[in-house]
Amino acid sequence: MIDDSLRALGDPALLNIVFLTFRVTGLALVIATAIGVPVGAAVGLARFPGKRLVTLILYTGMGLPPVVVGLWVYMLLSRSGALGSLAWLFTPAAMVLAQTIIAFPLVAALTMSAVEGVDPELRLQVRALGATRRQSSWIVLREARIGLTAAIVAAFGGIISEVGAVMLVGGNIEGHTRVLTTAIVLSTRQGDFGLAMALGTVLLLLALGANAFLLQLQGRAR
Amino acid sequence: MKAGATPAYALQGIRHRYGDRTVLEIDRLEIAAGRTLGVVGPSGAGKSTLLRLLQGLERPAEGEIRVDGELFPYPAPLALARRITTVFQRPAMLDRSVRDNVTFGLRLRGKAEEPVVDALLERLGLAPLARADARKLSGGETQRVALARALAVEPDVLLLDEPAANLDPAHVALVEALIRDVQARGTTIVLVTHNTHEARRLAHETLLLLDGKMVEAAPTAAFFESPTNARTRAFLAGELVY
Repeated sequence: MIDDSLRALGDPALLNIVFLTFRVTGLALVIATAIGVPVGAAVGLARFPGKRLVTLILYTGMGLPPVVVGLWVYMLLSRSGALGSLAWLFTPAAMVLAQTIIAFPLVAALTMSAVEGVDPELRLQVRALGATRRQSSWIVLREARIGLTAAIVAAFGGIISEVGAVMLVGGNIEGHTRVLTTAIVLSTRQGDFGLAMALGTVLLLLALGANAFLLQLQGRAR
Repeated sequence: MKAGATPAYALQGIRHRYGDRTVLEIDRLEIAAGRTLGVVGPSGAGKSTLLRLLQGLERPAEGEIRVDGELFPYPAPLALARRITTVFQRPAMLDRSVRDNVTFGLRLRGKAEEPVVDALLERLGLAPLARADARKLSGGETQRVALARALAVEPDVLLLDEPAANLDPAHVALVEALIRDVQARGTTIVLVTHNTHEARRLAHETLLLLDGKMVEAAPTAAFFESPTNARTRAFLAGELVY
C-alpha cells in the first residue's frame, strides 16, 4: 500500500488535482473574505432592528451542511434554474460558488464576534481623538485582527475539507473538476486505498502549510 | 475657542436620558472660552455624561448646545470634532506601543510625527516607556499616555475626566503643571473631578452636579469660600448629599 502511495505521489495528474483544489478553495476564500469581513464588521459595529435575527442567521449559516449548499447551487445552476444560463454546472466556477456560500457565514459570523470583542469604549475614544467613521471602523478591524485571521483560518478549514458540495456541483470529472476530497472518495470506492491515503496525506499537508502561513500572519499581527 | 466674549459652550435646557432615567439636567450653562471649568460631584452625578455631550459623542435628548455661538450639529463636522478632545476616565489604549498611541491623533489628521510627541513623552515621564506595549501599563501610566495622546493634537477644547485619579502625588503635580501650561495657551478646559482640591487648584469656575442636576456654578474662589447653596456647603463639608 505504501508503494502504491509513493507511486501516486509522483503522478502528474495529482498535481492537476492539487492545483485545482487550491484554485477553487483559494478563490472561494478570497471572495468570502472580501464580502464576509465587511458584512461581519458592519453587523458587529452597527445597532439596528433585527440585529439578533441577522446574528442568528449567520450563526446558523456556520453549520450549513455542504451537501445542502451543493443541492441549492445545483438547483440554481441546473438548466431550469435561475442561473442556468451561465452553464456553470459541473465546472470549477460552480464549485467556487458553492464553497463561497459555505465560507461566507463562517467569515462573517466570526468577524462579527471579533469586532464585538473590541472594547466599545475604544471606538468612542478613537472618535474623540478625531477619527472619521471610516477611520474608526478600520481601527476596530485592526484591533480585531487576530480574531479576523481566526475567521479566515476557520473558513479555509471548512471548505478545503468539504466534499459534499464540490461533488454535487462539480461532478468529480477527471482533469476538469476533480479535487482532493472528491478524488479520495473515488479512490476509496474503487478500493484503491493506497491512492486514497496518499491523497489524504497531501490534503493534510496542504492544509498544514496554508494554516502555517495564516498563523504566521496572525503572529505578525500580535 | 480662544478667550473672547462669545462663550466656548452655551448649554440651554439640556435633558439627557438613558432609557427612562434622566441622567443630566442643566437649564443653562456657559463655559467661557480660554477658561477652565471644574465639574465636581460624587460618582454617578452625570459628570462624565456632560463631557460626552460636550465632545459630541452623544446628542442631548432635549435642549441645545452652542459652540462658539453656533448650534452644535450632529454628527459634528470633522473640522469641529477635531478641535475638541477628551481624556477619558478609563482610557482605552490601542494595541500598539506607547509612542504609537501618543502619535495616533496626529496620524488621523495626516500629520507627521512632530517634536511635540517627544516633548510630551519626556514631560510626562513616559520616554523610557515609549516602545512598551500600551496595554501592559499600570493605571497611572495609562492615564499619562491618554493625556499625552490628547495634548499631542493641541485641541482648542480639552475635556478631562478625572485626569489624576490613578496618579501618585509626584505625577499629580506633573500633570497639573502640564494642565497649567495648556491653560496658558488659551485652551478651554472642562475638568471633571471628584477631588475638590484639584478643582480648587486648577479651575477658574467650578460647578457642582448632584444626581444629574446642576446645583451651583460660580467662580472657583466664591464656590469654595462662600457657596450659596446649602447642598454645595454640605457637599464641600464631606456630608452625604445624595
